[in-house]
Amino acid sequence: MGSTFTFDHDDPNNAFITICRQADYGDGPLSGIPVAVKDNISTAGIETTCGSKILKGYIPPYDGHAITLLRSAGAAIIGKTNMDEFGMGTTTENSAYGPTRNPADPTRAPGGSSGGSAAAVASGLVRMALGTDTGGSIRCPASFCGIVGLKPSYGRVSRYGLIAYANSLEQIGPLAQNVRDCALLYSVIAGYDPRDGTSLELPPPAPLKPEIAGKRIGVPTEFFGEGVDLDVASVVRSGISRLEDLGAEIIPCSMPSMRYALAAYYVTSMSEASSNLGRYDGVRYGTAPDSFRSWHDAYSQIRKSGFGEEVRRRILLGSFALSAGYQGKYYAKAQAARRMVRDDFARLFRTVDMLAGPTMPCVAFRLGETSDPLSMYLADILTVPANLAGVPALSVPCGTAHNLPVGLQLIGKHYAEDEILSAALAFEEGSA
Amino acid sequence: MVTKEDVAHIATIADIGVDDSELELFTGQFNAILEYFGVLDSVEGGADAVHSRTNVFREDLVKPSLLNDEVLMNAQDPEDGFIRAPRVI
Repeated sequence: MGSTFTFDHDDPNNAFITICRQADYGDGPLSGIPVAVKDNISTAGIETTCGSKILKGYIPPYDGHAITLLRSAGAAIIGKTNMDEFGMGTTTENSAYGPTRNPADPTRAPGGSSGGSAAAVASGLVRMALGTDTGGSIRCPASFCGIVGLKPSYGRVSRYGLIAYANSLEQIGPLAQNVRDCALLYSVIAGYDPRDGTSLELPPPAPLKPEIAGKRIGVPTEFFGEGVDLDVASVVRSGISRLEDLGAEIIPCSMPSMRYALAAYYVTSMSEASSNLGRYDGVRYGTAPDSFRSWHDAYSQIRKSGFGEEVRRRILLGSFALSAGYQGKYYAKAQAARRMVRDDFARLFRTVDMLAGPTMPCVAFRLGETSDPLSMYLADILTVPANLAGVPALSVPCGTAHNLPVGLQLIGKHYAEDEILSAALAFEEGSA
Repeated sequence: MVTKEDVAHIATIADIGVDDSELELFTGQFNAILEYFGVLDSVEGGADAVHSRTNVFREDLVKPSLLNDEVLMNAQDPEDGFIRAPRVI
């Protein structure tokens, strides 16, 4: 059976870069459900820009694996969502296609970098959307917009067709209005794909049921450390008490490697970005270079006009961190710190089933609130550890602070998505 | 401490055009960010594999791939199955 979904809504929050007004769909578990896709996931025949001017007009000749699975499941892909350029940002303001507004408060940013996907879901334009999460880019906008978002374990969802920013950290994952829809979309995209060398062969996701009684939930002191807004902390602590009321056992613990996590994350991601983004020379795709200039001249010029400031800043810092004389000081040390983070999780998961804390240290930023890059990076402190270790993590709404949504983050063991989704469902439905 | 000259040098290596005014801005920002990265100085040890993965190989067999026209469809200046690029020398 083939049908066409007609999407006739406006886009008041600038959630989309491209809207497909007529979207074909077939049979399957997502039959006829409108789904939005972040604009860094390749969609055959649909413009895919990564929020960048340098890819304006780029039409992928093939579908990413997650898109193939979406189409096979019957989903109607109704558009490509706005994002911080190449995923580099925490507000979706670093887009060449203008900022996205937060449906919970249009004077605020939706978070980022999957801010368009989160805004499209939170405003009800779609039931669910795909995002990508390199250092929190699904969980941050889920928290800021008051929806559910899951970053799967590294290797759980194929990255084939995901336009790379930092390969060793990023995963495609679902955003949805509730845990059940989030788990449904996750169950469609999870699975082995030989075209991604880091993809893993694992059993299919289990059917979702609310389950939290008897679970041991660790709460690291560092998750409520310096920089966490007191009202946000209070709302999240109430959420954790609700987990306890539902029968979970709350266990205070410590994660000393948190001290290094943010620096390790940024050194690693910028280094990988400096290599990955070397491909944008305008020759095979994107804006054409000036053939009359010499190679380096033409290349520098096109990357100056095609990339935004944050992307150029990260390529430069990544190139610096990998350059002669500095590699041992930055990149090598970042990898050692990454090992410490992974070891910390392994140690904690010997005694607890999952960890809980705030997803973000604050509520949604005002649009244009900060232009200082370092202070923006600091907002990622609570989400980057899961990416460094490759473990799954989700954000589920747990109340409001300053009249804005606050997310509770649950971090699970490797490949234990089912366990954190079941706990999140029990939390959302208030039943164990 | 990173100087404007250091940033200009990295920009040349990375083929990223930078204006003089931006050079000033980036230099200040880089020093603040690198100072923050200095926390890594107290980490012991160096790089080792974080993901417990090994190389993934497959048999060297021809598999379905993109057609020539599909590969060239996004190039601005293709000709006879090739793509024109700026001169190297």
